[in-house]
Amino acid sequence: MAAREPLLKIEDLWVSVEGKDILKGVNLTINPGEVHAIMGRNGSGKSTLSYTLMGHPRYHINRGSIIFKGEEIGELPPDERAKKGLSLAFQYPVAIPGVSVSNFLRASVKAVRGKEIPVKEFRQELKAQMALLEVKDEFLSRYINDGFSGGEKKRLEILQMTLLKPALAVLDETDSGLDIDALKVVSTGINTLATEETAVLLITHYQRILNYVKPDFVHVFQSGQIVKTGGSELSEELEERGYDWVTQELTPSGVA
Amino acid sequence: MAAELRQPHETTDQFGDIRSIASDYKYGFKDKEDYVFKSGRGLTEEIVRSISAMKNEPEWMLKFRLRALDIFRKKPMPTWGNCKLLNDIDFDNIFYYIKPSEKGEKNWDEVPEGIKQTFDRLGIPEAERKFLAGVTAQYESEVVYHSIREDLEKQGVIFLDMDSGLREHEDIVREHFATVIPSADNKFSALNSAVWSGGSFIWVPAGVKVEIPLQAYFRINAENMGQFERTLIIAEPGSYVHYIEGCTAPVYSTDSLHSAVVELIAKKGAHIRYTTIQNWSKNVYNLVTKRAVAHEDAKVEWIDGNLGSKLTMKYPAIYLVGQRAHGEVLSVALSGNDQHQDAGAKIIHAAPNTSSTIVSKSISKDGGRASYRGLIKVYPEAKNSKSSVRCDALLLDEASRSDTYPTMEVDEKEVTIEHEATVSKVGEEQLFYLMSRGLTEAEAKAMIVNGFFEPFTKELPLEYAVELNRLIQLEMEGSVG
Repeated sequence: MAAREPLLKIEDLWVSVEGKDILKGVNLTINPGEVHAIMGRNGSGKSTLSYTLMGHPRYHINRGSIIFKGEEIGELPPDERAKKGLSLAFQYPVAIPGVSVSNFLRASVKAVRGKEIPVKEFRQELKAQMALLEVKDEFLSRYINDGFSGGEKKRLEILQMTLLKPALAVLDETDSGLDIDALKVVSTGINTLATEETAVLLITHYQRILNYVKPDFVHVFQSGQIVKTGGSELSEELEERGYDWVTQELTPSGVA
Repeated sequence: MAAELRQPHETTDQFGDIRSIASDYKYGFKDKEDYVFKSGRGLTEEIVRSISAMKNEPEWMLKFRLRALDIFRKKPMPTWGNCKLLNDIDFDNIFYYIKPSEKGEKNWDEVPEGIKQTFDRLGIPEAERKFLAGVTAQYESEVVYHSIREDLEKQGVIFLDMDSGLREHEDIVREHFATVIPSADNKFSALNSAVWSGGSFIWVPAGVKVEIPLQAYFRINAENMGQFERTLIIAEPGSYVHYIEGCTAPVYSTDSLHSAVVELIAKKGAHIRYTTIQNWSKNVYNLVTKRAVAHEDAKVEWIDGNLGSKLTMKYPAIYLVGQRAHGEVLSVALSGNDQHQDAGAKIIHAAPNTSSTIVSKSISKDGGRASYRGLIKVYPEAKNSKSSVRCDALLLDEASRSDTYPTMEVDEKEVTIEHEATVSKVGEEQLFYLMSRGLTEAEAKAMIVNGFFEPFTKELPLEYAVELNRLIQLEMEGSVG
């Protein structure tokens, strides 16, 4: 085994939704603890990548492979992927009326960790993370995302990530719709999350969040492919010159 | 004589066939039949007379029964609801009266061993110890165990099985019995009136508040059994009582019939809450008439959960006959494969300033069918009456069905009536969201369903809420894969 086995290795991934090809040969390697950002226009297929990674039933893999922790996960249901250490913070988290946030968090942490957590211990852990994300106690007795503001939804997503401590957290447009204060708080959460144990794949349309979260790698997504890869400076370049610049260059960077 | 004593029975493996028929229904076990009396199949005048004679009833009750039998025979089957299933009922194949033991016991240890074990398995004595003020347990036609806390007895609260109620408090019974639901109300109330046996009789003196629930537990054991309990609750002015009933039966390949009549009378300023968790096995017809009268400033609540049965037709009703009376019906129905829950509510506003709320939530899955059937009636002069009706249906798959049949008859102008109905499907997105957090498909579905029922569950005592959530979880596991 290599000294450093990749956490995630996506090779030549082709995905269609309702018969329409969206991903057309994605290659991406993420090592443990790395922070990657995928940037791209709306409709470029970024969110399709996140849904495919998590195993949404409507996304069909036609070709290629997703190797996570050395195992092909393309056929696994979402819950098994979650148990293996993959997690997704949704761009549009759905409401589930009647189910309290606290019940849900406990059930989910129990499912992913594979064991019951003593109530007191769980409570303490939860309180600490909630303080960090400036989430009020009354949050816990509310129903999941039911009547939540955009900012509250995103905080709940990040709160879940910090409790589940996945090996890879995929954050799908977590920054969209946040005002600057909320963005700062959420970014603090992401930075707490991004440790040696947790790699982060940040999917975003705007460079803005990358002022607070420093990625190790930036990938430009276009027409269902990664067309360019660089360090964090790439995001600034994109911000200045726009996505058209990459299009004009038309030189896929040959990411390994 | 049509009836025979101690009918011989085949000895069956207690659990073998049950597992194969319904592996997910945990109350599906059956006991060996060991009865003091079991009537023959079918309904005759002789059976009605012998029931009354065995119970040593007063003459007026025998006459009441015989009149009701006559009405039952003359009345046609309802031509609404699920007519096909209704017409499948074979009245000649049913056992109308089974007496499991000589008498109802006040001491748990004296209940016949087999029956005691059954109720032990159902958790009744344990529940009683924990949080109930009184319990009756009915097995087939008769109450086999009954108890009430001493302090309530001292305050004058009467909690008896209906037969004992008639024997010991004939005057109160005669004054109120069948005043809310006359035998001629419908075919099944007539049937119940003819062959009724068991059920609860509760009388709460003026001003007494029974803070802890009283409970009755109904168990059908024999195949093709007909259980016809009769419950009468009278809350004198300013009193309060909460009554809970639960029901289960073994799983057989042929059908049983449960047809109860429940009458509630809430006098001035009284408050009655009546909670039902109906979890009959899926071979039981559950055709029940429940009605309450709420006098001035009184409040009546029906909290009605329907999980089991083959066909349920039940529409708890509240007649608001006094000023400012208030009625609430909160019901949930879970309808799975080969099940039809036809449930709803009826509220009659017959006095000014009365108010009512109906919340009905149904879930259909695996081809099951849930219907809401409701009536709001406002009589002339019932000014300033308010009513709000809300029906939410959740469909778990394409094969399942949900219908809503609301009726409004409003003969007064100065009223406020609201009606809202929604039908939704368990979304792929909701499932995906929960599964992405590690929950299996069954766990995710159960969580969504429990959430949908939450407005109901939160009205239950904690122990019941936990049990209900668990039952739903079992149902969901059974329906996946």
